[in-house]
Amino acid sequence: MSATEQQASAPAGFGGVQARSEAMINANSRISIRNLDFFYGPSLPKALKGINFEIPDRQVTGMIGPSGCGKSTLLRVLNRMYSLYPGQRAEGEVMMDGVNLVGPGVDINELRAKIGMVFQKPTPFPMTIYENIAFGVRLHEKLSKSEMDERVEWALTRAAIWPEVKDRLQTNAMGLSGGQQQRLCIARTIAVRPEVILFDEPTSALDLISTLKIEELIDELKRDFTIVIVTHNMQQAARCADQVAFFYLGELIEVSPAAQMFTAPRHPKTQEYITGRFG
Amino acid sequence: MSATTFSDAPQKNFAASRALGRRRRAMDAAVRWACIGATVIGLVFLASILATLLWRGLAALDWIVMTAEFQPTRYGDDTLPKGGLGHAILGTLIQTAIATAIGTPIGILVGTYLAEYARNSQLGQAVRFVSDVLLSAPSILIGLFIYQLVVLPMGGFSGIAGALALAIIVIPVVVRTTEDMLQLIPNTLREAVVALGAPKWKMITLVAWRAALSGIVTGILLAFARIAGETAPLLLTSFGNSVFSNDLGKAMASLPIAIYQQANSGFPDLIEIAWAGALIVTVGVLLINIAARVLLRKRK
Repeated sequence: MSATEQQASAPAGFGGVQARSEAMINANSRISIRNLDFFYGPSLPKALKGINFEIPDRQVTGMIGPSGCGKSTLLRVLNRMYSLYPGQRAEGEVMMDGVNLVGPGVDINELRAKIGMVFQKPTPFPMTIYENIAFGVRLHEKLSKSEMDERVEWALTRAAIWPEVKDRLQTNAMGLSGGQQQRLCIARTIAVRPEVILFDEPTSALDLISTLKIEELIDELKRDFTIVIVTHNMQQAARCADQVAFFYLGELIEVSPAAQMFTAPRHPKTQEYITGRFG
Repeated sequence: MSATTFSDAPQKNFAASRALGRRRRAMDAAVRWACIGATVIGLVFLASILATLLWRGLAALDWIVMTAEFQPTRYGDDTLPKGGLGHAILGTLIQTAIATAIGTPIGILVGTYLAEYARNSQLGQAVRFVSDVLLSAPSILIGLFIYQLVVLPMGGFSGIAGALALAIIVIPVVVRTTEDMLQLIPNTLREAVVALGAPKWKMITLVAWRAALSGIVTGILLAFARIAGETAPLLLTSFGNSVFSNDLGKAMASLPIAIYQQANSGFPDLIEIAWAGALIVTVGVLLINIAARVLLRKRK
């Protein structure tokens, strides 16, 4: 199935519309997290304590909270990034398409093709712009030269960087600016055609203009992708997210539609955090 | 120069603080001149070695030295054929090339194991320790080891034994630089690769090695430069030869050994050739070192 076909056959998402009610969010759950605990080591205390919530399909879920609250940890559970490090362990359920992602017997590479990730610092690979995009695609598909050209252009276009790089595809990606590198990394993630994209503070190393471009891009991408974004910036969460989850000391304190979270938080701790009393 | 307004504050003793300042400046000058003096002494030795080498080496260096094989001393009789070091240059190139070809892949793989698979494991610590010991082991020991392991069973000195001894010297150098260069790669890059669904071996071979490439190549060049000048391990392995030979099963000449033998001969014309050989080795090693530095600078 080509990229365009897939887009056509996919049911229309909310497409830029911000979900306002919990009913709207829960009706379209894509990933269900049940009683999730996480340990960084056998003798270390739980970094996540009994997390339960739903990640809605083709919506943006923002995760906020002070440093060390577990939001990045949860993000790294979703694509099993923690499996790189011996001793780290998750218990509980992360259900997607009837499979427990943290259970045994999951093909991690296949899982990561379905759940892509964009990191805090741009991480271009030491190769050309074209090869940066083609690298991920080649891991999972065998494409002809022309199909690959098409895919590279599609991904770079979706990541809103095509006009800037189309004449320099064969130059080293390290030569791009920070903001461009981050959009390249987004393009690289999209090119694999995941269903979910995880963003780990994707703009904290970028200037204001680049940040706004990435935020616009996230808004655009949620037509096709389920997005989870960890951010330290509450304005960013308010601008981008449909649903916001607030974490504190490894616990999920509150999860609400963004509009509600920032106007009428239910939990006093949330209220304190978003008004800047701590964190 | 505002005086304190607190009446109970201790009075400042300007004479004492001026004396303190003088003492500090004197100490500063003493340390500085000690450093400069030591540098000058070191440089004088180095410069005189280089000057002598250039002086004696250039005087003796000609096309015949570079290409001809060994000839006995002419006792001042210019009608006899003049000898050279061509056989030794060939032998050194063959042995160092084989040693690098054997030692490099092993060294890269061990370094990769240490940096990517066994960073904190006990086995990794042990391997790292052994490799570091090997790095500083006296090279005659390595010659002795190969003598026991290869030369005695084969029944004689051989080029391949020399190459193997040099390969053992190459391995720890390449292990260390490979590990160091891979350690420099940020973990975020590794995570970014596996986040695309790449298995670990692809992450290492397609991205990590590429990111560390110039550093690893630098390590290989430095190892090559080091073995080009090694003498001790070759004494007990390839031994030396006075004719052109590319037979790996027989004794093989090499520049450092040829220098040792001809300088040791006591004949002025052979000693001259030894100086030319020393110049060739030094310039060769210098060029390789410069290439390594250029590569490393490019990386930054």
